[in-house]
Amino acid sequence: MTLDVSGLTKHFSQEKDGSPLSVLDSIHFRVQEGQFVSIVGPSGCGKTTLLRIIAGLENPSAGQVLLDGREISPDRGQIGLVFQDYALFPWRTTLQNIEIGLEMMKVPKKRRRSAAMDYVRSFGLTGFEHAYPKALSGGMKQRVAIARTLITNPKVVLMDEPFGSLDSQTRNELQQFLLNLWEEHRKTILFVTHNVDEAVFLSDHIVVLSKRPARILKTAPVTCARPRDRTSSECNAVRREVLNTLKHARLA
Amino acid sequence: MNWARYLLPLLLLALWQVLSSLKAIPVHLLPSPFAILLGFRDLMLTGMPPGYRLPYHALYSLYRVAWGFLAAALLGIPLGLLMGWSDRLRDLTTPIIELIRPIPPLAWIPIAILWFGIGMKSAAFIIFLGAFFPILLNTISGVLSINPLFFEVAQTLNAKKRDVFFKVLIPGSLPSIFVGMRIGVGIGWMTLVAAEFTGVKTGYGLGYMIMTARDIQRPDEILAGMLVIGLIGILINTALKACESRIIRWNA
Repeated sequence: MTLDVSGLTKHFSQEKDGSPLSVLDSIHFRVQEGQFVSIVGPSGCGKTTLLRIIAGLENPSAGQVLLDGREISPDRGQIGLVFQDYALFPWRTTLQNIEIGLEMMKVPKKRRRSAAMDYVRSFGLTGFEHAYPKALSGGMKQRVAIARTLITNPKVVLMDEPFGSLDSQTRNELQQFLLNLWEEHRKTILFVTHNVDEAVFLSDHIVVLSKRPARILKTAPVTCARPRDRTSSECNAVRREVLNTLKHARLA
Repeated sequence: MNWARYLLPLLLLALWQVLSSLKAIPVHLLPSPFAILLGFRDLMLTGMPPGYRLPYHALYSLYRVAWGFLAAALLGIPLGLLMGWSDRLRDLTTPIIELIRPIPPLAWIPIAILWFGIGMKSAAFIIFLGAFFPILLNTISGVLSINPLFFEVAQTLNAKKRDVFFKVLIPGSLPSIFVGMRIGVGIGWMTLVAAEFTGVKTGYGLGYMIMTARDIQRPDEILAGMLVIGLIGILINTALKACESRIIRWNA
């Protein structure tokens, strides 16, 4: 499954006077099957809007999103989205949150229970399967949110700053967790973050966006070999390159 | 320190009793606490009018409130969910609701008697009116207060409209629905007595019992009856709260 984003442009009309506010300016990139691609850019640059359009939550003003050359049908479960603030349903337990996507797909109760239990076990949530989100730590909530998305087996997984509100230790832990998951299943992942270190540690390619209206400044391949050492000189070189691109854009 | 909460009420009660015994309070207007207790005994054993004993009055009143409340919930909750769900329906019906809502339930008594005659149906109708609007309005605001993110999560998990209604809308508004039910049953119970003042001319009912006690100058039984109404009100509220905390576990 190749995800093609071509010529994506978005403007909103502003509330106070109806004048157009340009958010995305002809965004163009490709994510190959099984690749891990990150999008970095200054905060408020329109990264989230970009993901929302790809997820089908918003319509673009121009351009299109194609999956293997075809338009994405909104009701086929092709694209999964992991939200920034977990967005777990507070009235559902861990198990019930994980299995809700299968409920929508009319999977029989027994099968979705056992599928959800598999995720509980492999995601280190054992003992919390009947807990409500309120009782979970931030890291656990995000693992539940990831499981809730993955269980429906989407072809592309979008992640919107999923680790943004976690402390740095939990963040590192979950990055490693996500990486292991990806290496095992080879899901196609499009990952939005404002954290360059995170992008370098995780991805095959980094798409660097400018401030609003977002344009692509650079698409940088992350060449350092996996498993990666966050402090290796190759990783540092990529990090320097991306940071410099962002800095020049800021000064320009 | 728990006993301290009861200290002040007990002191006031003692003061009241002493003042009554010293004839500082006219007992034909405000009987002493002890006299009210005896009045309560008379209501239990002899009844008011004689033969019509307190537990039956209470049961009849509860029966009327149960019907009025049930009708209000069965109509108000689904209507509120739909009105919260559909902007169009809400725009269409809000003017009518806003027109009818400010009319006090008691102002409906004359027309209720004309429509339903004097008796059970009239009283239940008045209670229905008292309970309906709090239930309706709280259900609507419950739906409107659901985090919009939850609807988007459902959408990315390929929820059908039906799924959204049953898996997001209903559980999401449930806490507010319970608030509405508790306010509704409270107002229903308060309107009961007034509804029975005029709507019930024979037989049973706490309001009817109190009015009969007034007719034959028994202030002790009037006050005992009022206290019973208050206590039953507390019991109803406690029962609903217990239901609520059993059903809405995620808020605990």
